Amino acid sequence: MVIRMAGEFNVLEHELVPEYHLLSEKEAEKVLKQLKLTKDQLPKTRITDPCIRTLDAIVGPVEEGMVVKIVRRSSTSGVSICYRLVVRG
Amino acid sequence: MMVTGVTKRISAIKFAHLSPDEIRKMSATKIITADTYDDDGFPIDMGLMDPHLGVIEPGLRCKTCGKKVDECPGHFGHIDLAMPVIHVGYVKDIKKLLQSTCRSCGRLLLTGEQAAEYRKQRDRMEELGADMLDASMVSKDAAKDASSRTSCPHCATVQLKITLDKPTTFREEGHKLTPKEIRERLERVPDEDLISLGMDPSVSRPEWMILTALPVPPVTVRPSITLESGDRSEDDVTHKLVDVLRINQRLRENRDAGAPQLIVEDLWELLQYHITTYFDNQTSGIPPARHRSGRPLKTLVQRLKGKEGRFRSNLSGKRVNFSARTVISPDPMLSVNEVGVPIAAARELTVPIRVTDRNLAIGKEMCSRGPAPPGEDYRPGVNYVIRTDGRRIKVTDKNAETIAEGIEPGYMIERHLMDGDIVLFNRQPSLHRMSIMAHEVRVMPYKTFRFNLCVCPPYNADFDGDEMNLHVLQSEEARAEAKVLMRVQEHILSPRFGGPVIGGIHDHITGAFLLTHRDSKFSREETLKILEKVNIPDVPESDVEVNGKLYWSGKRLFSMILPKNLHMTFKSSICSRCDPCKKEECEFDSFVVVRDGKLITGTIDEKAIGAFKGRILDKLSRDYGPDGARAFIDASTKMSIGAIMVRGFTTGIEDEDIPDQAKREIDDAMVQARMKVEEHISAYRRGELEQMPGRSIEETLEVEIMKVLGKARDTAGQIAGRHLGMENSAVIMARCGARGSMLNLSQMAGAIGQQAVRGERLSRGYWNRTLPHFEAGDLGSEARGFIENSYKSGLSPTEYFFHSMGGREGLVDTAVRTSRSGYMQRRLVNALEDLKVMQDGSVRNTAGTIIQFMYGEDGTDPTRSVQGDAVDVDDVILCVLGNKGEHIAKVQEKGVVSYGIQDRDLLETPEEPESEEESDFDMSGGEEG
Ligand SMILES: [Mg+2]
Ligand SMILES: [Zn+2]
Ligand SMILES: [Zn+2]
Ligand SMILES: [Zn+2]
Repeated sequence: MVIRMAGEFNVLEHELVPEYHLLSEKEAEKVLKQLKLTKDQLPKTRITDPCIRTLDAIVGPVEEGMVVKIVRRSSTSGVSICYRLVVRG
Repeated sequence: MMVTGVTKRISAIKFAHLSPDEIRKMSATKIITADTYDDDGFPIDMGLMDPHLGVIEPGLRCKTCGKKVDECPGHFGHIDLAMPVIHVGYVKDIKKLLQSTCRSCGRLLLTGEQAAEYRKQRDRMEELGADMLDASMVSKDAAKDASSRTSCPHCATVQLKITLDKPTTFREEGHKLTPKEIRERLERVPDEDLISLGMDPSVSRPEWMILTALPVPPVTVRPSITLESGDRSEDDVTHKLVDVLRINQRLRENRDAGAPQLIVEDLWELLQYHITTYFDNQTSGIPPARHRSGRPLKTLVQRLKGKEGRFRSNLSGKRVNFSARTVISPDPMLSVNEVGVPIAAARELTVPIRVTDRNLAIGKEMCSRGPAPPGEDYRPGVNYVIRTDGRRIKVTDKNAETIAEGIEPGYMIERHLMDGDIVLFNRQPSLHRMSIMAHEVRVMPYKTFRFNLCVCPPYNADFDGDEMNLHVLQSEEARAEAKVLMRVQEHILSPRFGGPVIGGIHDHITGAFLLTHRDSKFSREETLKILEKVNIPDVPESDVEVNGKLYWSGKRLFSMILPKNLHMTFKSSICSRCDPCKKEECEFDSFVVVRDGKLITGTIDEKAIGAFKGRILDKLSRDYGPDGARAFIDASTKMSIGAIMVRGFTTGIEDEDIPDQAKREIDDAMVQARMKVEEHISAYRRGELEQMPGRSIEETLEVEIMKVLGKARDTAGQIAGRHLGMENSAVIMARCGARGSMLNLSQMAGAIGQQAVRGERLSRGYWNRTLPHFEAGDLGSEARGFIENSYKSGLSPTEYFFHSMGGREGLVDTAVRTSRSGYMQRRLVNALEDLKVMQDGSVRNTAGTIIQFMYGEDGTDPTRSVQGDAVDVDDVILCVLGNKGEHIAKVQEKGVVSYGIQDRDLLETPEEPESEEESDFDMSGGEEG
């Protein structure tokens, strides 16, 4: 799913960068309902973050208020999933 | 969010300046005279002790509010100053204002556009919710921009350079500005320009930073004390105010009488000095005001600032009642849950008991004993009785009987500490939660707090003069909570690494080793001596018979304190990691096998019962709970102490004795090493040394030399080690993990080896050499800090010096590390203190926002996990199937850990958590000295 952009390094391909998934409005709602959270209780990530900008270039426009799912390797649980709210910055 | 029951809540606090009008308005009286009391001892009206300012003498009433001592909060007065005076606390702001505003029209020295730009920046920051600090940066920039201008953009007046002569003198191109002139200038600054400079003109005007009226604090803030002689002694602040009033009076008289300008100016300056020191008596640039005795006065800033100031000493930290502090000492006969409290302390520390129908008789009896019950045995008495109306009555020997008769349900009695009371015990620095634990009291004779040695590691305590604190809990809820959450036995496993922090140390481990190593056996008397300590009444059947005499094996005795169905297999500390491991047949008896609660083979040492490493402690606290683990620790302490006392154990310098032949061998090895180093050096000088990849030729030489010398030290250690066998006490301690290491021993018996600073051989001191004893450029082993001698043989003068150099680095490192890690801990604690794990396993802050979706990502409490895993499958198999399960549960296997596969030997204890071995015997000398 990751496409290299012309002459640019794709940060999402770096082995130290975790997987990023953009959630649709519906998916985000489902996740929030599941976790019994409101959007403002989620951890944040800036829209200017290189990962978010790359995501924006690959899977379409990422806007303020959208939720991304981040999957990373964990030394304690194998895989750990977390969600972040995209904010201005 | 609605919080019920709260009728008033603070949404914000705003700081502003007091205007002279406000000072006068809030004043209860004007102060005009420097005298305090008249000849009859009554306070003078409009003096510094005016009764309008509040009451400090009991019985009198306040003239302002009519209330009594403790009810009247005190009221401010004021002094009208004859001439304006600068407030020292604001000189920086005054300077900023003077420099950034016009000397004639008072406008900010910025054009309209510039000012608008700064205002816009401010608004934007406010919108983004930036904090005060960021906002103040903007105004600072504006002020800097403005003060760099040389002429006013509004009236074109040329600006002169303003300088500050510390602490309070302003000069304009050398010409002195009086506070009056400054005040006039500040008055001219228009309100809208102040906003750009970060002031809110609706509450603070800059001219208020120049005082024309001085508030006089209430007498309650500066109470006078009546000495035994009947003389009054006034507070330092009062003394200072007297000075201010005197000079103020003289200044007014001189000015009104039209005295020469010079005299008026001198008095004005003197008034400025007194008011400056009234605020801060440590202002740099002026001598501090002193008491008649020569002691500097403690004025307003001194009351607040520093460690002894109001903030750090009275608000952040307070003294507490029902606490005690004394020296600690060990007592292996106490349970880990207990603490020995000296009688003298127990009689001072009290527990409040509410009298009910059911404890009425006991309460009366206890009270009738009074505050110091006589008799050999300790019996708790009562210090105070609190009646139903709240009156507190001190119990004395005389009134004890009378008070006891009057006790009825509803009374509270404060009885002495007695056995079984729950108290909190603490040793500073309190770095982790195990630094404060709940103990059960055992009242004992003598003057020290005593506790089981197994509790030393969590407190990091030793007995070289350490003191500890004890707090007596005062409510039933607190006691219940402490007992459930804070008791020592609940903290055997550390949350840091999931292993035991409470466990055997030193002789405890040596004792267990002597008890269980190989086929150690004990005669009937010895066995009884040991078992008597553990309080096991039934002597088991003997299992060893030699020449018709009955003996009990140490392994049999140790098995008696193990739970009946315990299954364990692991390698002990003394294991020499032979390859392949002979397991049960290990010739060093280092393969521990426990089946059905019986120790079959193996030696019990640090790996079994030691703090941080004890496998048995680990297993017991997981499988048998805190109670089971505590019972085992208590029993094993007593049994080990019993064993070591029966066997006897000592160590001395003779333990490092080696035969002359060995000494000669070591000398030979040293000579050879020295020659080899010389060879390398000459090869280097000839340019024949083969350069190592990635290293310069000099580095290559150093590496080669270090290699040779390292090997030489090891060789010396090995030669010495050949003569240090398991019959040697020092070796026993090192091998079983009680104290010291084989390296320590080889440095004592063999050679100390290379001294290093910053990981390199010593090289600095004199020009191109370490000491004048050597030639410049000497790279040889002796010249660069290699010590061929041992601690026992003694060091040569140069070696001694080199050793000191290496030792110094260690000391500096520790000093630097402790201060730095202390500050880091403080910052971490401040950042993390209000996070908590919620019911759903997420970690959140007080606002409810997520910090971690699942605690530790796996939601596992390290103290409840088995080396990080929620379940130990092998252990379950072994428990269910017993010995039959052994072929299924692979003892040595490839553990799959998350993404990566790691080789791990399950019989090995994972890497020791405490990497740094602290030494009590370092060269720094005693800490209490
Ligand atoms: Mg100490
Ligand atoms: Zn009053
Ligand atoms: Zn001007
Ligand atoms: Zn072995």
